[in-house]
This record gives sequence, structure tokens and C-alpha cells, in this order.
Amino acid sequence: MMELLRAPLRFVFDRAEQGLGLIFPPEWNPMLNLGALGFFFYWIITASGIYVYAFFDTGVTQAYDSIEYMTHDQWYAAGVMRSLHRYASDGLIVVMLLHFIREFSLDRYRGVRWFSWITGVVVLILVYIAGITGYWMVWDQLAQYVAIVTTEWLDHLPIFGEPIARNFLSPDMLESRFFSLMVFMHIAIPLIALILLWVHLQRVSKPRINPPRGLAIGVMASLLLLSLIHPAVSQGPADLARVPGTIGLDWFYLPLYPILETLPGPLTWGGAGVILVLFCSIPWLPPMRKTPVAEVNLENCNGCTRCANDCPYNAISMRVRSDGLPFESEAVVDPSMCVSCGICVGACPTATPFRRASELVSGIDLPERTVADLRQEVEKICQPFKGKNRILMFGCNHGVSMSGLKQENVRSISMRCIGQLPPSFIDYVLSKKFADGVVLTGCSENSCHARFGARWTDARVARERDPQLRRRVPRERLRVLWAGRAGRDKLDTLLRNFTDDLAALPAEKSPVHKASERKKLMELADG
Amino acid sequence: MVRLLQFAGQGVFYAMVAVLIGYFATTPVYQQFPEGMAQLKLSFAHGARREKACSRLTSKEIAKLPPNERRPNNCERKRVAVHVQLDVDGTRLLDALLEPIGLAGDGPARIYRKFPVEPGAHIVIARLRDSRSTEGFDYETRREVFLAEGQNIAIDFKADAGGFIFR
Repeated sequence: MMELLRAPLRFVFDRAEQGLGLIFPPEWNPMLNLGALGFFFYWIITASGIYVYAFFDTGVTQAYDSIEYMTHDQWYAAGVMRSLHRYASDGLIVVMLLHFIREFSLDRYRGVRWFSWITGVVVLILVYIAGITGYWMVWDQLAQYVAIVTTEWLDHLPIFGEPIARNFLSPDMLESRFFSLMVFMHIAIPLIALILLWVHLQRVSKPRINPPRGLAIGVMASLLLLSLIHPAVSQGPADLARVPGTIGLDWFYLPLYPILETLPGPLTWGGAGVILVLFCSIPWLPPMRKTPVAEVNLENCNGCTRCANDCPYNAISMRVRSDGLPFESEAVVDPSMCVSCGICVGACPTATPFRRASELVSGIDLPERTVADLRQEVEKICQPFKGKNRILMFGCNHGVSMSGLKQENVRSISMRCIGQLPPSFIDYVLSKKFADGVVLTGCSENSCHARFGARWTDARVARERDPQLRRRVPRERLRVLWAGRAGRDKLDTLLRNFTDDLAALPAEKSPVHKASERKKLMELADG
Repeated sequence: MVRLLQFAGQGVFYAMVAVLIGYFATTPVYQQFPEGMAQLKLSFAHGARREKACSRLTSKEIAKLPPNERRPNNCERKRVAVHVQLDVDGTRLLDALLEPIGLAGDGPARIYRKFPVEPGAHIVIARLRDSRSTEGFDYETRREVFLAEGQNIAIDFKADAGGFIFR
């Protein structure tokens, strides 16, 4: 049921990501930086808000006048800051909503990710409240409309002795104290949201909270230009003795206001409650099937910390050694945070398929599909694998589809995440002549389902991160493609070209074709 | 050349985002109140009389009470409903019984209603009953008002101020 909702959304996001990928470098792609852009907008809002606050007067008439001064008399500084404040707030809503929908479409909200989802829902609500109080403070006709509709809506709750909308009954009933309250709320709520954003990121390691510089410059420049060309202006002073007829609504923050004032209170409150409950329960509709989490095998763990460093979800910590072996620490998996992506297995230096002298058990492994299972699959799928230019492709369940490959010279193995593949497998496949070339593929760059699978794989292959791909592996026999779900055409093209490239390569002798040499190398690999 | 085209594409993208944000920040405009109309707003929060009159406690009854609860009168908490009517040019816009709020029914009765009316001169009559009687009204105000287009007149009620107040 949920997949019926997710699939079309995913299609749209994949296409958008692909389209933007044509004009942006992968690391700049806005669709892959939604969360970081949210933070960037937040900082713009904060900086511009501090500046604007210096000129803001809290008072029934002073509030509007002070903002008019900023907008018209000091348009070049405070006016621009006001516009930046306004437009960055709108941008924040846009990226937050896109971030929400995208995470939903990619099924990155269930299982252990419920935590980020729920805290995200709360942050979204707080951002909306903060934005609405901001509109209130301008005290123009839009503010009057927002104030009256909001208080009328709150008055449907049977908790106020006197309707709070009565504060806006006539001009003489409004007090300047009200603006002090609004200022307090407009500052306090974003601060609470910021604290919650910190909580939101607690279960992910190395969160990307700053967009790449190029993207940040582009966004900032566009906001600045917008502020200069189309500055934010007030909509005439509020006058409680009059009813504003036509309002220029901010449709990012206030799209529900016409509904709030039109439909009966019980219906709107009931609807809001149902939507909130639905949003908060989505991670369990239905709950994600819990796959067995990574397990540490202490006999093979030397406490090297690579798995803890590579885990994208802070699920692994290093603790004092408990088994008496002469190592400083040992890896410990927190089952409540592990998503079973297997990236830790790919990081483990003991997860090498060359091991033959002893049973292949790595220091950390996924019980559902161990490194030994993976080696067995490789050997099985490549026996027999005859012909020329044979390619073995390793991919992931969330990236480009590898089903229905037409090339007879290509075989594939799909994993939970490409980061699950220890680099030694590439060496194993090529050196053992299981295939003539290896392709690694998965989610699109910067958009790994398990966050760091593609990134760590790139770094391991480039010998920038442990465990590194051995130098002896002929790079001309390896291709890497981060194409994402929508990248099947790219994959087909790559496979065709790679086949041609392999055909053009001189026949390579196996570096371990002699039994004596093979045995020697295996012993070396073991230890 | 490709790089140049990419930069141009990014420029177009940023421009589109800016236009999107700039446009939907204020447009399309929303007609929240019909053109060529004015508004009367009736709102008050008023505690009516109690349903039953207070009875005077005897000195013996007072003495039986805990020291911190001693009082001269015994009053039941529940208040009567407030009956309110609003007529404009002889047409009844509102005739309502407003129940007191609170779990014990001892809070004020409250109302907040808006009535769009044609601009121009109107005879407005507001009536309110907050006593235990079942007929007639304790307060009645007749006022000739002139409402310009888009004008809002609030009708409040303060018993201390003598009844209805047109703001």
C-alpha cells in the first residue's frame, strides 16, 4: 500500500535528481542537499533576523512604522535583510517539505529511522509556528488576518475562559504587550527547533549540515537578487476597525488559513489531529521488517575502529576489551540503531575472501548474509562463467536495477549496500579469474540509501580509506557507476563500453595461477 | 563549453527557484472578505447569575465548616445560560442561548460571531438576558450605525459599563 505511494514519488525525485545532475556536479545537486540547504536557510534567517531585530520596535503602531522604515528608508541594508529573512524562511519550508517527501519516497523513515522522522515532524511544526509568529509581528493587514484567523481557530479549543480573538476586536483592545509576547515566541521557538535539529541528527554520523560552497553561493546570490528586485513589503497597516478584503497570502506558510476560517472548528481541529497522528505513525505503517543486525565476532575483532568510523548511523561504539585478548578495545553494536546496511562489514579488514586456512568469519558480519555467504555466491555465480570479457557486477538493492541484463557476459550480485563489499572481493574476483572485469554500482552519488555506501566505496577503491583496494588490482578492469534507480541507460552504456575496453586489453596472466604461489598468497592474506 | 552550459543551467535553475519563492510569497491574492460588504462582530464573555440564589448560612453551620472554608453564604456554582439576540434593520441575525463554560458550568458564557452586512446606515438592536427570569431581557441597546465598505464594528458587552458597547 505504502509502496504504491512511494513508487511514483520516487520516480519524480529520481527524474528531478537526474535532471539536476545534468547541470550540477554530483556534490552540488540541490536534490541531494535538501537537509544541508535547510540548515543554510536557517542560518540566513538567524543572521538577517538579528539585524532586523535591531531596528524593530515593539508597539501597536511602532511595529509597523519600524518595519516601514527598514523597508523604505534603509532599503539597501535592513530592507534587504528583511527580504532575505522572509524569502529564506520560505526556502526553508520548501526544502523541509521536499526533504520529508523524499525521505518517505526512499523508504528512509521506518525501522531505526523513526527517530529522525518523528523529530523532523516536530521541527516542521515548530518552523511553521515560528513563521506564523513572524508574520504577526509586522502588524500589517496580512498580520491582522493571520492574528484573527489563528486566535479564532485556537478559540475552538475549550481551554480559554475568554476568547483570545477578543484581543483583536477593536483597535482600543490591542496592547503593545502583545508584540513583546510575539517577539519572545518568534525567538524562542526557532531556538527550540534548533535544539531539536541537533536531536534529529543524533542517530546519524557525520551529518551534512553545510551545503557545498558552490551551491551555498548560488542559493545566497539568488536570494539576494530576489530581495533586491522584488523586496518583501508590508500590506498596509493593520486596522482592526476595518476588515481587509484582499490579502497577499504567503502560500508556503499559510495555505491552510482559508480552510481554517471556512470550515467548522471541530472539523479543522479533528483533521489536524488526524494528520498529526498519521504523520507520527507513518514509520510503523507498516513497521519495517527488522533484519538481523550486525554481529561482532570478538575472536576476529582486533578493535581497529574502522567499522565504528564507517557506520553511517552511529550504531557502533568502541568499548574496553571484554574477552581478555590483547587489544585495547572491541566493537559493540547498538541493535536499536543498526539498519543492517553492512557498511561495517565492508570496512572490516578481516572480511577477506582470500582466507582459506581458517573458516571465513569476519570481525563484524551480517548474520543474514555473511562474508562467507558472499564469497560462496561469487564462486557459484561464476562457475561456470565462460566466454570473453566476463564482467561481474556488484550492486545494491536501492540503486540501479540489475535485473534483465541482456549481455551474456555480465553477471550480477546485489547487496543491501555496495559499502558492504570489502574491496578485497574485487581483488579476489580478478586474481582468481572469476571474471575479467568488475563493476561496482549503486545509488546515485551523494544519495546513498545507507548514506555512505558509495562514498566509502569510492574512498576504499581510491586507496584513501581503509580497507584499501590492493595496488595490484588492475584499475582498467574496474568500473564504478553511481547512477541511482533512474540510471539503467547509463549502466547499459557502461557495460557495453566496458566490454569493448576489456576486449581491447591484452590477455592477462593470473598473478596466482601457480598452486604454490596461490598457497603462499593465501597464507599472507590470512595473516 | 559543457561547463559553460552547466553554469548557464544553474543560473536558470536559481532564477526559477527565486521566481517560485517570490511569486508564492504573496500571490495569488486571497479574497478573504467579500468586496462591497461591511462587518458586525458580536463578542463578549459574560458570567450570568447563578441558577439558584445563595442561601445564608447560620452561625452554627459556619462553625461546622473547616476554618479555611468558612463563608457566610452557600452558593451553588452553576450559572444560567445567557440569552442574546441581535437584530439589524428588523432582521434577527442571532438568537442564541449561551451556556456557561467550565466543568461545573460556573464560567462565563462566551460568544464570538461575525456578520457581514451591507454598507450604509443600519438600526442595530442587541439584547441580553443573564438573570433567572425566563422572559424579557435585562439589557437592550438600540443604536443607529453607519458602516462604510470594509468597516468593522465590534459589539462588546460589559455589565459594569451598563451593557452593550459599540466599538
